Amino acid sequence: MNPNGEVAGGAPEQGVPPAAVGQSADELAELLNRSARGDREAFASLYDATSARIFGLMVRVVRDRSQAEEVTQEVFMEIWRSASRFDPERGSALAWMMTIGHRKAVDRVRSAEASARRDTSFTYQNHTITHDETVETAMATLEARRVRVAMEQLTDVQREAIELAYFGGYSHSEVAALLDLPVGTAKTRIRDGLIRLRDAIGVGR
Amino acid sequence: MNEVHALSGAYAVDALDDIERARFEAHLAECRDCRNEVAELQETASVLGLAAASEPPASLRAAVLDGIEEIRPLPPRVAPTFGASRRRRAWSATSRGLLAAASIAAVLLLAGVAFLRPFDSTGDGGPSASDRVLAAADAVRVQQNFPSGASATVVLSRSEGRAVILTDAMDPAPEGKVYELWLQTPSGDMVPAGLMPDRSDAVMMLNGDASQATAVGITVEPDGGSPQPTSDPIALFSLAS
Repeated sequence: MNPNGEVAGGAPEQGVPPAAVGQSADELAELLNRSARGDREAFASLYDATSARIFGLMVRVVRDRSQAEEVTQEVFMEIWRSASRFDPERGSALAWMMTIGHRKAVDRVRSAEASARRDTSFTYQNHTITHDETVETAMATLEARRVRVAMEQLTDVQREAIELAYFGGYSHSEVAALLDLPVGTAKTRIRDGLIRLRDAIGVGR
Repeated sequence: MNEVHALSGAYAVDALDDIERARFEAHLAECRDCRNEVAELQETASVLGLAAASEPPASLRAAVLDGIEEIRPLPPRVAPTFGASRRRRAWSATSRGLLAAASIAAVLLLAGVAFLRPFDSTGDGGPSASDRVLAAADAVRVQQNFPSGASATVVLSRSEGRAVILTDAMDPAPEGKVYELWLQTPSGDMVPAGLMPDRSDAVMMLNGDASQATAVGITVEPDGGSPQPTSDPIALFSLAS
């Protein structure tokens, strides 16, 4: 088992069509709206515009690449099923999709862990971003730089708590135990860190 | 800071356990500040995830596009059509979901007699028993909406002595868990009333005599159910008259 779960050879067999890249938040929202009405072409465009991001997150959390494929498929099924429940007032289309994806990824690692935790060593800080040669993933490396800069503004404990929770899929109680924090304080660190990150990244409406 | 509000960050990164999550979602339904904060923190967390992009294999695209052929997109949530009054609760106030106006479940309810295939856990009631409850002149309806978009409606007919639950878009119970239904007696005891079928949209008649029930509760229990609730309910339907 590759503890990093990242496979360097994640070659882009299929390039993302240029038209699908760099789609604005509004365009993604429109694709979701059309998907809710059963428009399969719109959904295919939505998939092309976002699949690398969803899959990348699944690989990061689930680690096993074939399992990450399964979960990615489940995520897109769910996006198709519940597209009508997306509310642009409450956030961006991409965040809505990533939220669905993250929940499913965490569900997967937690149910798998009932029998055996995927590995006991902590390698979360050693993840590297794979540099696939598509425009979408190139955009993602820009995002990565922006996130790295923002993360530097957090305290070590805030950063570690968020990484363990978001990428590790650990509950806040487990995060507290991992970081030797008093019970009940990890959730506060996570919240404080996210708020600081929110302000640094400039999320908000 | 209130203890419940402090869970917003952990909720946004899915770091709550099942029970905490159900409780926090019940709180979210009633707290606009938390809903706004969660939306912003989820947006923030998703940016973290965007940095991890990686191309999936081309075969996945075909699998996804084939897969959706078999899935009907959910209808949008529609505006409330009638309100339900708040009633006295015998169970913990913190764990109840939003008691709000009916929407999709109400439509289902009206249409249910015509086309739904009621699921009777006892197996001896038959569809007609559910239909009788739904159509009873004294039927009382109480709906709970969940922030996920799911809703559940309990319909009680004291003359029929039975209660029926209708669910819409319920998430499946967590791995290794089931949703268990309970009837609350006037003395406050919880009587097991069956396990919910593993379907998001279900119509199910509760086991047991509901003619004296003061409430119906749903709890998350280990597979197979429990003789007594082991946790606070994720939803409580007060039927006290």
